[in-house]
Amino acid sequence: MLEVRDLSKSFGGLKAVDRASLDVRQGEIVGLIGPNGAGKTTLFAAIAGFHVPDSGRVAFEGRDITGLPPHRICAAGMVRTFQITQPFAKISVRQNIMVGAYLHTADRRLAAREAEAVAQTVGMTDQLDQLGADLTVAGRKRLELARALATGPRLLLLDEVMAGLNPTEIVEIVGVIKGIRDAGITILLIEHVMQAVTSLAERVYVLNQGRMIAEGTPAAIADDPQVIEAYLGHGAAKVLRA
Amino acid sequence: MSRTALLCLAALAAALVYPLLVPNYLVNVGMLMLFTAFLGQSWNLAGGYAGQTSFGHVVFFGVGAYTSTILQVTYGWNPWLAWPIAMLAGGAVGWMIAVLSFRAGLRGSYFALITLAFAEVFRILANSVPFTRGGLGMLIKADQRPENFQFKDPIWIYYLALALCVISLLIAWQIARGRFGARLVAIRENEDAARALGIDVFAEKVKVLTLSGAMCAAGGTFYAQKYLYIDPSIAFGVDKSVEMLLVTMVGGAGTIFGPLIGSVALTVINEATRGLASVVPALKNVQPLSLVVYGVMLVLIVARLPDGLMGLFRRRPRHA
Amino acid sequence: MLDPQIIFAGVLNGLLAGGVYVLVAVGLTLIYGVLHIINFAHGSLLMLAMYAVFWLWRLLGVDPYVALPLVIAGAFGFGWLLYRGVIGRFSHGRDENILLITLGLSIVIDNAALLFFGGDTQTIDVPYAGRFVEIGAAFLPLPKIVSFAASLLLCAVLGLYMAKSDTGKAIRAVAKERQGARLVGIDVDNIFAISYGIGIACLGAAACLLMPSYYVTPTSGHAFVLVAFTIVVLGGMGSFVGAAVGGFIIGITEALGGLFLGEQLGQIGISLIFILILLLKPTGLFGSRA
Repeated sequence: MLEVRDLSKSFGGLKAVDRASLDVRQGEIVGLIGPNGAGKTTLFAAIAGFHVPDSGRVAFEGRDITGLPPHRICAAGMVRTFQITQPFAKISVRQNIMVGAYLHTADRRLAAREAEAVAQTVGMTDQLDQLGADLTVAGRKRLELARALATGPRLLLLDEVMAGLNPTEIVEIVGVIKGIRDAGITILLIEHVMQAVTSLAERVYVLNQGRMIAEGTPAAIADDPQVIEAYLGHGAAKVLRA
Repeated sequence: MSRTALLCLAALAAALVYPLLVPNYLVNVGMLMLFTAFLGQSWNLAGGYAGQTSFGHVVFFGVGAYTSTILQVTYGWNPWLAWPIAMLAGGAVGWMIAVLSFRAGLRGSYFALITLAFAEVFRILANSVPFTRGGLGMLIKADQRPENFQFKDPIWIYYLALALCVISLLIAWQIARGRFGARLVAIRENEDAARALGIDVFAEKVKVLTLSGAMCAAGGTFYAQKYLYIDPSIAFGVDKSVEMLLVTMVGGAGTIFGPLIGSVALTVINEATRGLASVVPALKNVQPLSLVVYGVMLVLIVARLPDGLMGLFRRRPRHA
Repeated sequence: MLDPQIIFAGVLNGLLAGGVYVLVAVGLTLIYGVLHIINFAHGSLLMLAMYAVFWLWRLLGVDPYVALPLVIAGAFGFGWLLYRGVIGRFSHGRDENILLITLGLSIVIDNAALLFFGGDTQTIDVPYAGRFVEIGAAFLPLPKIVSFAASLLLCAVLGLYMAKSDTGKAIRAVAKERQGARLVGIDVDNIFAISYGIGIACLGAAACLLMPSYYVTPTSGHAFVLVAFTIVVLGGMGSFVGAAVGGFIIGITEALGGLFLGEQLGQIGISLIFILILLLKPTGLFGSRA
């Protein structure tokens, strides 16, 4: 469904993403992990159209979308959330979600009903009338998710949707995400919270300093010495094995 | 019927009978108040809902005023026919400024400043170009018949201003409750998030500025027909830009009734200072005093009451 | 086609005017560089300072050049108080907010001036106003030359102050990295107030240097604000070199514009430059921030 080939993106002299490639097949939940500063969010941004890649290509459902603006990519069926939440502060949660719903309908009542349905999916029904600015961190994360869902995507790019959540909230969100996948939406997620990655992702890609260094099931990459070194430092794999 | 709807009907009824009960001077005051609310609403669409603060909105006002006046005076057009052309011109200028500015990625303060510069360019051109009669301005021959978009009795101008104001409220209402308004607000609150949710931010901004320009230009024609004279400083001077911005910010940017409430507030202040000046002879020139108060109000509103006076009426939903 | 001698004279006159514009622009760019505030009240404050110079001359007979230290000190104090009392208190949130606040300030100042000073233009009559210096075919008014030299001198002094003095270094530190400066113990709020004060002090100086050659009226603020912003945007927000280069370019543009297009239309050059820079290179010639 999603094919990224040799994508590179530099800022000034810094190569944030260096010839990264990944595949996501329909119906999967794929994880993207890596130490801080590895370039994960930049990769997401480049895939979703917020940065124009310096080289490489991105294809979605067979169609080349490299360098298309974000709103066209969203209209095509792929939507991303933001790591640092971006709620529409001065309007209600319902109105926030409706903005997403308006992608497919011009009718206000339909959009409102969509919003309520999506809110129920992510567990925000009680908060529909709260202002975006008044939400807690967990609420904002859910709102990011809800808004993205409301656009009716076929591929969802989730950027650290678990960050800042406590263990209970994490378990809840994991359940919600599983439900979203079961409803037919493919998911690519960036995560630091390993528990979430292992319980959700069927396959994981590991990015370090802009380069893809490993790919496989969560169990396999946990044993991969390159991955261990990326997180724990040079020579750590040897130390651990000894 | 909801409480708001009842209040609106009551206000409308009061507005309809108002000119029949008060002397001509107060009819004029009421007319100006409604007209300023109309102009403010045009600013509100772009500046309030979409968050694109413009310091040069007068450019649309002036384009409207000059277009209809030139068509009328130089080419003998009937002003009623010239009116829609003026609106088209205003819309076109709005489109042009939007496309140029937003293609270049201008936002926030930079956008505000460039609109100021555009207004200044038009002012200088109007001052120097022969077909606007330059600094002399343009006089419309007084021929007070309704066919000429001139009215002998101020009551008709009042009703026309009332109609414009009501139309502007309806436009704002329709936009606010629908998809376009939701998208504008999303753009105002967070452009990147709006983009990520499928909104063509550039296109929506251009749309709202075009609409705003057309509306504002309609006001320019109205003004020219009322006072039968325009010149570059009236048509393109900074004062009107400030006025439109002020009534909206004071009343509540991004709300339907904000500009109207702001206009009421400013009118009350204006009349109060006028009354004060009649008592205190030293304050002979009243205009500046009102504006001093306006300036102070702007600072206080932006700093302390960013939602304007409407913010006082809003009930914030309690959070769990 | 115009006589090259006239163009030469025009360029020189523009250069002289530009020299004082530099002072105005330096204040504005300093305020932006340190506080990240777009000080829309800059033009109005200059107008106010010019009135101060005028009244000092009219009521106390003080020559504008002699008044320099007094006006500079007074302007600094006024700016410092203005920051502490109004701007500093309300400068949070979106950057348009502070723009609107300084807009409100300019409205208050412009109209208070109209209220208290009346709408007449005021000029200063100094005995040396009519003296000219001949350079080639150009007759340059003496006051303009003196003002030009004084302005450059003051800019040099300011530059030295910023480079060598402790406060100057602190100001530059805050401009570069606000949080870091705070962490090393710099009283950032105080620096903000001082920087704003210095910015207005520059206006005070500029006022003294402008009054011998120009007039003042309550609407002068409008004219100056666009010029000041054009220079700063052209040169690059926050860049001193930019303000200097920009000041001279705009001074010359204004003079040549007036020559070729006439008094009225000539002014359009500045607005057009402003628009073009914003559309094509908003960071200006020397600016770095996107």
